[in-house]
Amino acid sequence: MASLKHPANLKYSKTDEWVRVEGDEAYIGITDYAQDQLGDIVYVELPWDTGASVSHEAKFGDIESVKATSELLSPVSGEVVKVNEDLKEQPELINDNPYEDGWMLVVKMTNPAELDSLMSADEYKAYLQGR
Amino acid sequence: MTAHDTAATSLKRTPLYEQHVALGARLVEFGGWEMPVQYSSILNEHRAVRTHAGLFDVSHMGEFKVEGPEALAFLQHLVPNDVSRLVINQALYTQLCLPDGGTIDDLIIYHLADNHYMLVVNAANIDKDFAWVEKQASNFNVQVTNQSDTTALLALQGPEAQAILQPLTGVDLSTVRYYHCEPETVNGINCIVSRTGYTGEDGFELYCAPVDAPKLWHDLLAAGKDRGLLPAGLGARDTLRLEASYCLYGHELDEQTNPLEAKLGWTVKLDKDEFIGLDALLKVKEQGLKRKLIGIEMIERGVCRGGYAIYDNDQQIGALTSGAPSPTLNKNIGMGYVEASHAVVGTIVHIDIRGKRTAAQIVALPFYKRK
Repeated sequence: MASLKHPANLKYSKTDEWVRVEGDEAYIGITDYAQDQLGDIVYVELPWDTGASVSHEAKFGDIESVKATSELLSPVSGEVVKVNEDLKEQPELINDNPYEDGWMLVVKMTNPAELDSLMSADEYKAYLQGR
Repeated sequence: MTAHDTAATSLKRTPLYEQHVALGARLVEFGGWEMPVQYSSILNEHRAVRTHAGLFDVSHMGEFKVEGPEALAFLQHLVPNDVSRLVINQALYTQLCLPDGGTIDDLIIYHLADNHYMLVVNAANIDKDFAWVEKQASNFNVQVTNQSDTTALLALQGPEAQAILQPLTGVDLSTVRYYHCEPETVNGINCIVSRTGYTGEDGFELYCAPVDAPKLWHDLLAAGKDRGLLPAGLGARDTLRLEASYCLYGHELDEQTNPLEAKLGWTVKLDKDEFIGLDALLKVKEQGLKRKLIGIEMIERGVCRGGYAIYDNDQQIGALTSGAPSPTLNKNIGMGYVEASHAVVGTIVHIDIRGKRTAAQIVALPFYKRK
């Protein structure tokens, strides 16, 4: 676990999604810990059409590794303004680089106060220790 | 990450546990055992077995010794396959059936010496199987011994397996045919070297004493280092066996499933005088199968998994028992059961993937056959 990265400029959910806030927009993906737990990611189902709405702690997609299926839960509510289309053909980008090439959605937030429920990198690391 | 450490106290470990930890394996619970699911990546390990070789620790499997003057007569009664055709150092694949034809387990039987056989059963079923076998043995002059805790098992699988193993052993491996074995030393370690496996590739399974397993593991990894050998976990073992369309107990086989439905008719000798389940299986054969094991290949995007429902238009016709992405074929594949009338290769069906009906088709098994 020592080699896993959880950058300080991100916020983290208990269900292992990360958020990078840029103004009223939130970039969303899954954490290095999550991709490592899943193993080889082979498929991701996202709301591919922009304009879809996502809700705090509600499902926005599915992710499949060779071994297992998991749900993706949105850390914030809002409207999807951008989707990472590259993940359709190259879901392994999430394994290779979960914070850059492996981002999933950009959401225009409707309730930024939801960010307060997320953890800092240090809090998330402590949370992982207790798992 | 600490979760498995706390849970581990109640789980069994193989003699290679320390080796798995040292290699950085991810350990998971499997049938009451703490086993490596992967070392680096299921995909890499899978591909290594298809193109070079992989080394698996399958010491969790169970081994029973059956010995005595009526050993053959007993085994002929116990299983549907014909044990009488085995010469010494030959093996066969068969099942333990209930009187109603349902499958208690699937297993391999080795004929090791006159009146001496070894049964190799699934880890999760060891206690259930041993109780069953012991009970059936009471009317025969045989002794049944559970040697599971004193037997380790390594599987060296892949096209390079023979080249890796040959320098470590005196026997000419090219003379050991599929489903045959030889008692041999491997780098000085007493083993039963068996040309068997669960991956669809050529390869060997090596039975040895638990105390010798760490050295054997280490020596094999060293011998295969320059031939692309990787340690491989249960994750790759599962995707490999699915591509090769081997049944996995608890998925394609269970006590409610008979071996004829599971496409294992080639191992069921209905012309034998008697065995447990014969009458029921004869009746199944006479009346025709109600459902059949089929292969599924996804047409639309989506990964199918065991448990998902299979539909023909709005009618559910069956369910998947296994499913995964196939690393060799680059397709999403699965196996499952459908009503016999629907079990036609080429039929378009729909798989319920978390509420979304996704197009797939019924395809011939196996998905993968080595050249």
